[in-house]
This record gives sequence, structure tokens and C-alpha cells, in this order.
Amino acid sequence: MSENNIERISGRAPDELRNVSIKAGVIKNADGSALIEFGKNKIIAAVFGPKEVHPKHMMVSNRAIIKCRYHMMPFSTDTRKRPNLSRREIEISKVIREAVQPAILMENYPRTAIEIYVEILQSDGGSRCAAINAVSTALADAGINMRDLIAACAAGKANGQVVLDVDDQEDKTGEADMPIAMLPNMDLITLFQLDGNLSKEEFDKALELAKIGCNKLYNLQKDALSEKYFNENNKKEDEE
Amino acid sequence: MPAVKKHRIVDAITLDSIMSKLSDSKRTDDRGLLDYRKIEIETNILKDKTNGSAKVKIGDTEVWAGIKVETANPFPDTPAEGVMTCNAEMLPISSQYVEPGPPDEDTIELSRVSDRGIRESGMIDVSELCIKEGELVYSVYIDVAVINEDGNLFDAVAYAGTTALLQADMSKFTIENDEVKMLEEREKLPIKSLPISTTFAKIGDKIIIDPNADEQEIATARLTLVTDENGKYVSAQKGKPGGFTFEELKEISVISKEKGEEIRKMIKEAVNNGA
Repeated sequence: MSENNIERISGRAPDELRNVSIKAGVIKNADGSALIEFGKNKIIAAVFGPKEVHPKHMMVSNRAIIKCRYHMMPFSTDTRKRPNLSRREIEISKVIREAVQPAILMENYPRTAIEIYVEILQSDGGSRCAAINAVSTALADAGINMRDLIAACAAGKANGQVVLDVDDQEDKTGEADMPIAMLPNMDLITLFQLDGNLSKEEFDKALELAKIGCNKLYNLQKDALSEKYFNENNKKEDEE
Repeated sequence: MPAVKKHRIVDAITLDSIMSKLSDSKRTDDRGLLDYRKIEIETNILKDKTNGSAKVKIGDTEVWAGIKVETANPFPDTPAEGVMTCNAEMLPISSQYVEPGPPDEDTIELSRVSDRGIRESGMIDVSELCIKEGELVYSVYIDVAVINEDGNLFDAVAYAGTTALLQADMSKFTIENDEVKMLEEREKLPIKSLPISTTFAKIGDKIIIDPNADEQEIATARLTLVTDENGKYVSAQKGKPGGFTFEELKEISVISKEKGEEIRKMIKEAVNNGA
């Protein structure tokens, strides 16, 4: 990055992510699941299916349908959140679904539903991006046929500087937040949102920065999956 | 969390004609890939009960916006700031695919994206909407109704909402002996910028602007990008289950600015003519 960097509130470098850890296979009853810790975010994503479609009229004869619910626990925020789905949660459920759908080979599962549940246990800035990384890992963990994993990361502007991975404080005091999800192998952006104020140069720079972040998350997801499926110790535990 | 709802049905003939025209870089109504349909803007259409209003037509899409400025208690964390809300509603008369009832996720997205464009651009200076700190502030309601649906509601709702805001006025207040008093005279809203929304869709590998309902239905991805008067990008939303490449995004960001300038002029003209 450039030399004259401005100190971020968190002390991170402009192109530095918060601490991220992903663990695949955390919910026994789900077909696939993942826990992601992304800064202070603690999010579980679980995938069920392909399974029978309910209600039946939602069935599509030549492909699967995807259902997605993004839900915040009442204790996940500073002040208690009412448990019912807010308009914000409904919108995020929709954008997450539309971000992961291009990766799923839905035509391989006609007349079925794939259900995605995102539960926010503790929230920080960038929860939709963190959630998408967890969903992607959970989908792969469920063995759903996919074209690619979906990696997500936000870039933005805080303190006059374009930065990677905007956290809660930067989101509230900063100038812009631009969450992105992409299929890295296909170079396809499947989630793109922006609020704030960016010039053309900043816009292009934030795009590039988010791309770098997505590639990092992509590798972390692959690590989490190989940790579950290729780690010798885990294998033995499974056999016992 | 509906994954499949009543969908618009695009028949094979329409689909064929859209695709064959697109391969010649034309649309079914013979406009170019990056041309808007005819935009008609009319202000002050609901004089008696609203504080500002506008009607916007983009092709056959028609929306009406009404502004109500009321007073309210401020939020405890922003005691010196006014409140602004933007809401979009799909009327059942607007299309055979719309049914009465609570808003579905598409309508919620439409509402929230329009709200975000106006909010993030700082169009209304909420710090000037304070009457008495901690006690009384202005509350600006922007309500937009979709009367007839033929695609690109994101832009139509945004244009109607912002046009109505430009035209709107509100009561003036003074504080005498610690008591708030309403004056006879009225003043314009504290408007600082005019954000312009532009919406693109991707069909095959073609990027088009201002998709109509059929084009929107068959598009794999949609992108709404909002620019402000200084050429800054203030809000964006990708929709539909598909994606854009980085190159496409950069291309769209350039076109969005150019088109935004043209439409901004159009809106300002309409407001001046109406006043």
C-alpha cells in the first residue's frame, strides 16, 4: 500500500483484514454447516437439503430452489434486537441468496429445495460478507455441487482513506462501505452494494482492494474445508 | 423467505424478439443498449394534501410520489437531527403480478434502496431539520406509489421521490419563551444535492440500461448505481441471481455518471417549470 497511510481506529493496515477463522461442520444435524469468526462477528451458517419442497407450489421442475434466511439473535447487538425479521434482515436474506445462487448447480437437483440459515450470534460490521463466507463453506460441506466457492469481503473509505474490511466503528464514522461477493475462479461479482461517498478513483481502488480481500477469504474457506476432510486426526475421530 | 413467487411470464415470441434485437445491439422498441425510454416528469400533481409531489413516467412505468413533512420527537442518539424516511409501495393496480398484502422482499428491497440513495447522498441536510434540540424536529416522509409497472422501478421511484423533495416546502417555526410556535410562512426543505439513480441489466453478455419488465425478467443480473452532483458514487445495489465482471462494473460506473448528468438536468428543468 502507499507510504503515507493514516492510522485506522483498529490499528490495522489499510489492506489488512480483521482476524478471521472458519470452521466447517459445526452443526451435527445439518447437512452442511460452518462457524465464522470475523472480527467480533460470530456467525453460524447451516445448509439443509437438497430436500422436499414445502410448500409444494414453490417447486420448480427443472432445478432446485434456494431459500435463505439471515437472522440476528436478540443478544447479538448493543441494544436488544427484536426477534422478528426486520426489513433489513429480509433484504440481506435476499442479497445473500442472490450472491450464492450463481455458484450452485441448481439444475443438478430438480424439484428440491436447498435451505440456507444464517444465525448471527454476535454482530460486528460486515456481517453480510462474513455470513456469505460461512454459507459458502457450509454449502461445500453439505456436498452441494458448485461451480466455485463464494468469497465475500467489504472495502470502503474511512478517515479519507480507502480501506479493506470496514468494521463496525469505521462503518459508523467512515465515508463509505462497499460489500462485495465474488466467484474468484469465474471473476464474477455476485453481491455488490455501496453506501457512502466515493470518487471514481476511490471506487476503482475499493474494487481492487475488495478483490484482494475476497481472494484471502477464498483461501481461508478452502483451509477450513481441508481441515475437516483431510486432517488425519479428524478422520480417526470420525471412525471411532 | 419466498424463493419462488408469482413470476412474470415472458412468452417465447417476446423472448426471441428481445434476443434477436439484442444481437444487433438494439432493443425491442428500437432504442440503443444505453438509451433510456422517454422520461416524463411532472411536479405538484397533488396540491391539496401533500407538501410536495411528483409523477414520473419512464416508458410505461409510472410512479407517484408525495411528501409529508410533520414534526416528531428526535431519536435519542441524534437529538439535533431531523428524521427522513422513504417508502415505496407496489399498488395492486400496477400489474397482474402484484397482490395486495404486506410488502414482499422485492418491494422491501425497492424501498430500502431508494431510501439509501437519498440518505447516503446527504440530499436532505437533517441537521437543518431541527426545531428544538432534544424535543422537536421535522420528520420528512417520502412515499412513492407504483401505479403501473413496466420495469426499472428503482430509477422511477428515485426520480419521483427526489423531484417531489425538490418541490416540497414545510412550515416555519420559532421558539418564544421556550415555546415552539408555528409561523404562517413556509420554507423550502434544506436540499444539498440531487442524487441520480441509474439501473443496468445484463442479458447474455450485453449490458443494457433502463430495462423494461420483460428485459428485467430475463436478465441474469441487475445493478443500480447512484451518483451525486459532485460525481461521487453514493449507493449501489446488485440484484438478481447472477453477476458482473470487474470490467463490466467499471464500464457501468462511467456510464452511470454520464447518464446521471443528463437526467439531473431533466429533473431540475421539470422542477423549475413547475414552480
